[in-house]
Amino acid sequence: MSSTVIITVVSLSLLAILAAIILYFIAEKFKVYEDPRIDEVQAVLPAANCGGCGFAGCRNFAEALVKAESFEGLNCPVGGAEVMEQAAKILGREAPVVEPLVAVLLCNGTPGFRPRTSVYDGVSDCRIANSLYMGETDCSYGCLGYGDCVRACTFDAIHMNPETLLPEVTDDKCTSCGACVKACPRNLIELRKKAKKDRKIYVACSNCDKGGPARRACKVACIGCGKCVKVCQFDAIRLENNLAYIDAFKCTFCRKCVTECPTGSILEINFPPRKPKTEPQAENASV
Amino acid sequence: MKTFTKGGVHPPENKLTANCPIEYLSVPRSVTIPVSQHIGAPANIIVNKGDSVLTGQVIAESKGFVSAYIHSSVSGKVNKIDTVTDTSGYKQTAVFIDVEGDEWVETIDRSEEIVTESGLSGNEIVQRCLKSGIVGLGGATFPSHVKLTVPAGKKCNILIINGVECEPYLTSDHRLMLERGEEVLMGVSLLMKALGVEKSVVGIENNKKDAIEHISRLATGFKGISVYPLKVKYPQGAEKQLIKALINREVPSGKLPLDVNAVVHNVGTCFAVYEAVIKNKPLFERVVTITGHSVARPGNYMVRTGTPVMHLIEAAGGIPEDTGKIVSGGPMMGKAICSTEVPVVKGTSGIVLFPSGSSERNPSQPCIRCAKCVDACPLGLEPFLLMTLTEKELFERAEKERITDCMECGSCSFICPANRPLLDYIRLGKSTVIKMARERISKK
Repeated sequence: MSSTVIITVVSLSLLAILAAIILYFIAEKFKVYEDPRIDEVQAVLPAANCGGCGFAGCRNFAEALVKAESFEGLNCPVGGAEVMEQAAKILGREAPVVEPLVAVLLCNGTPGFRPRTSVYDGVSDCRIANSLYMGETDCSYGCLGYGDCVRACTFDAIHMNPETLLPEVTDDKCTSCGACVKACPRNLIELRKKAKKDRKIYVACSNCDKGGPARRACKVACIGCGKCVKVCQFDAIRLENNLAYIDAFKCTFCRKCVTECPTGSILEINFPPRKPKTEPQAENASV
Repeated sequence: MKTFTKGGVHPPENKLTANCPIEYLSVPRSVTIPVSQHIGAPANIIVNKGDSVLTGQVIAESKGFVSAYIHSSVSGKVNKIDTVTDTSGYKQTAVFIDVEGDEWVETIDRSEEIVTESGLSGNEIVQRCLKSGIVGLGGATFPSHVKLTVPAGKKCNILIINGVECEPYLTSDHRLMLERGEEVLMGVSLLMKALGVEKSVVGIENNKKDAIEHISRLATGFKGISVYPLKVKYPQGAEKQLIKALINREVPSGKLPLDVNAVVHNVGTCFAVYEAVIKNKPLFERVVTITGHSVARPGNYMVRTGTPVMHLIEAAGGIPEDTGKIVSGGPMMGKAICSTEVPVVKGTSGIVLFPSGSSERNPSQPCIRCAKCVDACPLGLEPFLLMTLTEKELFERAEKERITDCMECGSCSFICPANRPLLDYIRLGKSTVIKMARERISKK
């Protein structure tokens, strides 16, 4: 009885030692060296795997950071400057200053401004509707409103507004990963520079038609009149294909273009209400 | 009786207007003629605002080999050149003409006499087709002169004429064969000469017995033309299916009918070729069926291109109150239009008005794996799989499953008991795959 136990223990131990030796040599032979800093960098990344940096996931981005000589062109939009600095500290490099961005919808075609002229009863998917026809309104450039961008957002930052039938971006949640930009079949979402207090001035229109048809389709369409270009002192506005575009990096938020726009297609968001210019004098006079 | 072997469905025929003779529709007050009424490059406009034009005058020139001339369908003044929403649902450039009288270009022979001899060479026939803006009138609107020019290294030994009209509701080809049979067959012999073939077969579905009888009787007077009745099955009017049904040749995936030495033309095109070659009349009018169960006076009308759909609907008794959807083309492959100002173009074979009860889609339910779509697909694809792959954005796999072979006949969506929007997704997947393939080529 006892001899059976001894033989079993000894033979199994010998087998284990043999296997261990074989495994050791195999492990030595096929060893892959991996920079330990990759793990460290990955640990500070947000682990969202959103692809906003242009890589398949956070691990790939960490590898690219370790391999790269400088951080130029590499940025984690989700983590922002904070995360990039941490990564830079680990790798002993300098993190470049990258302006934070935020997603903005370049369309303001609410049912009030842009009347519905037909009814779509197909699949509720922007890409499919876009492949079929110009949409329920007469504007072939504007938002279709079936929510491809909402489904694409993994940060819960975009929601459909049931009143305007347009998607709305929650600035605090938006990480500017760019998933919605790719999802929109009409290229209506732009990543714009994030300003103080989330202030924004932009042309909320993408209609490249001439003034007449654009205006007929939507009351707040950009008609390409060029008034904003003339009034801008900072050379921040350009006009292409009957459509004005405000460069967020040049714009100084002077708000002159907003009042100049005849159709109201330039939006100012998160600004304090304007001081009425003429009324105070009238008030003084009456007092 | 002959038919194609793989797949196919039997939608209710609803040929309400089969006994309505072709009537000439009055010329509207103004027409809108789009510059892209064909597959290929849009034509180049050569008239300006304020110009006077005659009926049959060229207003836009063909740009490139795969393109077509566009002619004015009325006489009058060019009001403006602007964009118009066309049957595709998107805007495109068009010439707006205000009608003044109806003065035709002098070279057009307007006599009723039927000429059965042309004396023209094959090349001259092709040139006249090009100059007259002839495109395939079956629906695809592919420029006919391209199909008639056999590239070097390929040969054609049979011409197939499509008189199938497998789309439900539509009867324009049917009426054309009955009323203009001689002209159609004369057109066939002109096409045979242009292609240099000795043999031609006309395929007509068995639900048009009068047309089969009429054309068969007339065909005895023409050399090399034979007529075959075909078993009723959708989509028999598709090129590949018709070739399989009539001459039992199978066009391989990604190949053209010319690869099995055949060329297919529609009977409507044959009539247009006859008029262009013999009567010197360019393509600016065609037979359009206007139909629907609630339409007061459904019928077949000879309509000038550029006529607003509304003008045609008014002739048929106006829009019925219960209308839910107006479809340009047949119910299977046609497209709902989003405005009644959409102009009739060369490819418009019919306008169908559906009552609101039957036009809405039923809610889509989960796939029950019955494989009816697989059985129905005439190309042997697996529609349920292609839809799922597109939904999951697995486009490379979809390409391997031959998504680009799909001809969008809609048999899968028609047969699906769970009302799944199969074709909607497959169409999206197909266009994405084609775009990906183009990018791949341009990178190389």
